[in-house]
Amino acid sequence: MNPKEILGLYENMLLSRRFEQKADELYKEGLVTGSLHLYIGEEAIGAVAMLMREEGDLFTSTHRGVGHTVLCGCDPNLIMAELFGKATGISGGKGGSMHMFDQAHGLLGTNGIVGGGTSLACGAGITLKLVNHTDRVVFCFLGEGASNEGVTHESMNLAAVWKLPVIFVVENNGYEVFTTAQESCSVEDIAVRAAGYGIPGAVVDGNDALKLEKAYRKAIDHARRGEGPSLIEAKTYRWSGHWPGDAYSYGGYRSKEEVDEWKARCPILRLGKLILEKGYATGEELDAISRRVDRRVEESVAFAMASPDPDDGGLLQNLFA
Amino acid sequence: MALIKYSIAIRDAIAEEMRRDPKLFFMGEDIAKFGGVFGCSLNLPEEFPGRVLSTPISEAAFVGAGMGAAITGTHTLVELQYVDFILCAMDQLINQTAKTHYMSNGTVKVPYTLRVQQGCGRGNGAQHAQCFESLFAGIPGLKVVCPSTPADAKGLLKTALRDENPVVFCEHKMLYAVRGEVPDSPDFTIPFGVADIRREGTDVTIIATSYMVQRALDAASLLEAEGISAEVIDPRTIVPLDMETLAASVRKTGRCVIAQEAQPFCSFGGEIAYELQQQVFRYLDAPIERVSTAQVPMPYSRKLETLNVPTADRIAAAARKTLWR
Ligand SMILES: Cc1ncc(C[n+]2csc(CCOP(=O)(O)OP(=O)(O)O)c2C)c(N)n1
Ligand SMILES: [Mg+2]
Repeated sequence: MNPKEILGLYENMLLSRRFEQKADELYKEGLVTGSLHLYIGEEAIGAVAMLMREEGDLFTSTHRGVGHTVLCGCDPNLIMAELFGKATGISGGKGGSMHMFDQAHGLLGTNGIVGGGTSLACGAGITLKLVNHTDRVVFCFLGEGASNEGVTHESMNLAAVWKLPVIFVVENNGYEVFTTAQESCSVEDIAVRAAGYGIPGAVVDGNDALKLEKAYRKAIDHARRGEGPSLIEAKTYRWSGHWPGDAYSYGGYRSKEEVDEWKARCPILRLGKLILEKGYATGEELDAISRRVDRRVEESVAFAMASPDPDDGGLLQNLFA
Repeated sequence: MALIKYSIAIRDAIAEEMRRDPKLFFMGEDIAKFGGVFGCSLNLPEEFPGRVLSTPISEAAFVGAGMGAAITGTHTLVELQYVDFILCAMDQLINQTAKTHYMSNGTVKVPYTLRVQQGCGRGNGAQHAQCFESLFAGIPGLKVVCPSTPADAKGLLKTALRDENPVVFCEHKMLYAVRGEVPDSPDFTIPFGVADIRREGTDVTIIATSYMVQRALDAASLLEAEGISAEVIDPRTIVPLDMETLAASVRKTGRCVIAQEAQPFCSFGGEIAYELQQQVFRYLDAPIERVSTAQVPMPYSRKLETLNVPTADRIAAAARKTLWR
């Protein structure tokens, strides 16, 4: 990544962060409802992947997909309006945070079903490689909890035997609702399972943008060369509760010390520090980015607030093409 | 009697049955901490160490494992955090579980209860707000229970946990916080296949289950103000179904409305209407009405979700229609 890319990455991560912090606030005020799973603290994983994508590359997301959706370049106005259930939302208010689709930006859907994206990523790989004969790749994001779903195992094997250009990115944040990764996963590093599928596997610090870049580079090149899938496990942490009202996330199923320790390893702070150290930007320039991001978030809220609810007729529309 | 929440009535039923039956084993996602996501296993892991386990997110494995345990001497209880996730384990439920007693010519028994949480009301969107009781009821070999009150939840769950068949126990997310009087006796059970006449009436029969029962009762109050006397019946179990009570009521009133949250096409409401016209055709004074969600996935927007789910007003309007008003 060159300095300009690093600054863009920083701004994108900050946008995702502030957007979700705002969504969290609005949820607590009752303006956003339903299911909302925040990506706060994990932004580097999605952001670096989005930056490294090339035209035509695709990705599948998860229930924790608002961050991915902001990071992929989808208009924040449309995302915020979707969280409000408004007609102007990216899914017309019919999807919600777990059902956002933005094919123009490569997003094959956030997903309410844990592991749901893994087989879809294989299918996208079929289109890109076996049908369209391109060297495009698919990023498939999943949690470490999702790595225990049957469909995930099936998909990794399928991708391996057909050498599909899928980069499985396990966002290991240590928790699956209240349950810990230690309680539910047979191995400490999900990446070791790659050996069982005969594909490359790597563990990477998910809060370190530069290390993620290296790991993704390898996997992308491998896939573009036609050599098939890889499994990258990015170790990270979710700062928030599983959902905004999760009362047990701070001092319940995990200690306050643990949460605070991870907050100190903030991927955005780290990148900001690097930018200043290397002199890619000044403190004032970073402040300007921060103000720009805040304005963008405010604009999205104003847009969502001013937008109409879906028409009653919308209930019955778009069941079939 | 004690005034307790639906979620706690469920918890109490499980606790009492685990005390009674040392071979009862309970598993599901996140159930072993803080009572699980909906509070239905509060304090159970402490009272029954080793018998209440949180599973990995592996529905096919633990739904199938529930079956394997059931046919080897364990009475199994499995919780699905949302009913929607049963779709990841449909082979385990339908091929591996529902048919086994029949296929084995009755030699294999399957004492297995699957608790599922379903329904609308929290803006959870299309993959977290479905109602699958019709789907389950359509599979031969599954009993299907839909409790609408804390007392029913407790009494019916205790019956399920003593039953030697696969039972799908459909709870509703909007009912967990509802309080009601529940008998304290550990011997309290409610048999399957006995409908509950929640309100007596003479002009029209309203049949409703689960979350729709309260709305049907509210509709009956609206109708009462107009001088229409509605009888509200909750079948409580869809398999087995107490057709006798339903038919007797419609024979009396001559009119029937079925209120359901599930989509209409190929649903149990349609099935009940079929059975009723077979049994009481000559007594009917009007076509049977059905109020349901539309034949679409549940939309996320609160406005559309609210529009989609039957209300007391819609149920009352359907009742008026059967009275040609
Ligand atoms: C098939 C399925 N099972 C269960 C759930 C409920 N659920 C939603 S998120 C979640 C935890 C997922 O953990 P992980 O994959 O590690 O992702 P994280 O939430 O940590 O990002 C669970 C159990 C679901 N949505 N889909
Ligand atoms: Mg996780």
